[in-house]
Amino acid sequence: MTMALIEVEGLRKDFTVTRKTGVLRRARAVVHAVDGLTFSVERGEIVGYIGPNGAGKSTTVKMLTGILVPTAGRISVGGLVPTDRRTELARRIGVLFGQRVQLWWDLPLIESFELLRHMYRVGADRYRENLATFRELLELDPFLGTPVRQLSLGQRVRGELTAAMLHDPEILFLDEPTIGLDIVAKQRVREFLLRANREHGVTVLLTTHDLADIERLARRILIIDHGRLIYDGELEALKRRFGPRRVLVVDLVEPAPPLRVDGGEVVRTDGPRQWIAFDGDRITAAALIAAVTAVAAVRDLTLEEPEIESVVREIYAGRARPEAGPIRGS
Amino acid sequence: MGDLREGAALYLRITAARIRAQLQYRASFALETVGMFFVTFLDFVVILIIFANVPALAGWSRAEVALLYAISALCFAFTDLVVGQLDWLSEWVRNGTFDGMLVRPRGTLFQVISSDFQIRRVGKIVQGLLVLVYALVVLDIQWTPARALMLAAAIPVGTVIFISIWVLTISIVFWTVDGREAANAFTYGGSFLAQFPINLYDRWLRRFLGYVVPIAFVAYFPSLYILDKPDPLGLPSILQFAAPVVAVVTAIAAGLVWRVAVRHYQSAGG
Ligand SMILES: Nc1ncnc2c1ncn2[C@@H]1O[C@H](COP(=O)(O)OP(=O)(O)OP(=O)(O)O)[C@@H](O)[C@H]1O
Ligand SMILES: [Mg+2]
Repeated sequence: MTMALIEVEGLRKDFTVTRKTGVLRRARAVVHAVDGLTFSVERGEIVGYIGPNGAGKSTTVKMLTGILVPTAGRISVGGLVPTDRRTELARRIGVLFGQRVQLWWDLPLIESFELLRHMYRVGADRYRENLATFRELLELDPFLGTPVRQLSLGQRVRGELTAAMLHDPEILFLDEPTIGLDIVAKQRVREFLLRANREHGVTVLLTTHDLADIERLARRILIIDHGRLIYDGELEALKRRFGPRRVLVVDLVEPAPPLRVDGGEVVRTDGPRQWIAFDGDRITAAALIAAVTAVAAVRDLTLEEPEIESVVREIYAGRARPEAGPIRGS
Repeated sequence: MGDLREGAALYLRITAARIRAQLQYRASFALETVGMFFVTFLDFVVILIIFANVPALAGWSRAEVALLYAISALCFAFTDLVVGQLDWLSEWVRNGTFDGMLVRPRGTLFQVISSDFQIRRVGKIVQGLLVLVYALVVLDIQWTPARALMLAAAIPVGTVIFISIWVLTISIVFWTVDGREAANAFTYGGSFLAQFPINLYDRWLRRFLGYVVPIAFVAYFPSLYILDKPDPLGLPSILQFAAPVVAVVTAIAAGLVWRVAVRHYQSAGG
């Protein structure tokens, strides 16, 4: 059996936190931030790692990159145990935390790059070539000479992305790389990542709350909640699996208790508006509309098509949660 | 050895970049350096005032104390110049900035040390040097090659001892800071000291590290030797040559403790 590029088995991370419960009293509590994760990532994949706030995404990334020592479990990244072979691993991976500044705060961007080149021992030719590419793709030129602290968020993230890739990493770990970026900047970053993946075979694991990132970049997603994996599979399979559940939004003439119609289920009400979910494979929209109008006076109707966003929202809300273990979509 | 040379080159490169950045604000840089000089000079003025009334202190004349003071002040000034940014460590550990150092292919201590060189700290060195010159002019030292060597060695050796002790004690932050509470403390300006677990290093150990080692090995014993003075405390004279050993031991201890400490780093939520 050959090893996958990233292998994670039974991974756990507990944090002990102390909370003030009185003026002098403190209570200690254990947070199971990551609670038994098992998955693997093959070379060349782009994997979207998603989950609600506090799910344990950043904590996982920090263990994979050697920042945090796991409480339990096994990790292998490129054949290395991250915290045991930290510096060796650092040469082979690129890491970006969208919410944190990793560049030297008061140095011009270009000086940061120069220093990183020496820190990573990147050859002069390689460096010149890479920098030229990034300058063009990420349009860095207007702010190359600006100290990092004066950069706008979008400029800074582009700088950090360059910094993470100057040494030709095999694997990119990106924790919310598009946070706070405008549409144009997001687009640019996505294109850039796709290109790195296609042309250089860079493996990418990225967390995000912007599902458009996922749609655009990742074929495979991992969904995590409360530190546990609840989905591991192809994006398309997820849509197929939960996608048939379409939603009919009806505006009634006046508010009414949840309607009862065969083949549909009211999942939400708001005044006279009701959301009726139905399985498109079992009942057609037309038949459902007929059934609804038969039992209530309807003012207006709209049909919501399944999209990744609503699928994921349902999963986060626990509605589509599988009973036991992660769903394997492929 | 090649690694060491390459590390030193990288250190200089980073430091040069930082100095260039600081020189952009020439006026404030000059003011701060001068300010630093005067603040530290006040310490010495206090000693002068004491000696204005008392001719000798526990068997030490004014000029002898100046020598003692100059050696330790210089060691401390160099320590501050090299590792003064350790003052920031608790904040970096608390708010997760330290993450960035763990994903780069260099030692974390190296990165902390090279991260924030401040030239204004040179002001302290100037002050130490002036006091040293004063002491050497006033004192009638019987110079021998061994005594000159002792003085020349006392500064780097003492600096290593100070740096090691600083690293050793600051490592505590990796144990005490827990992400969430820390993040709160950071936001609400809570005091870090209030969360310090006094019992983490035994009290006697802290006293020993904090006072006895620095005062004794960094300045006291070397001064006795240079001045050819009988030890008022009557301690074995072999201790006068023990500083390098103490430096090596504390440096190794600091390296080991740091290594273990970093594995306790908890980062911060996000
Ligand atoms: N350093 C820390 N100390 C204590 N608790 C922590 C720490 N880091 C994370 N946690 C807790 O662990 C859990 C998982 O946090 P994590 O940052 O991994 O979530 P996340 O999935 O990245 O969330 P988000 O989408 O908000 O970034 C949360 O309950 C968080 O409060
Ligand atoms: Mg996060």
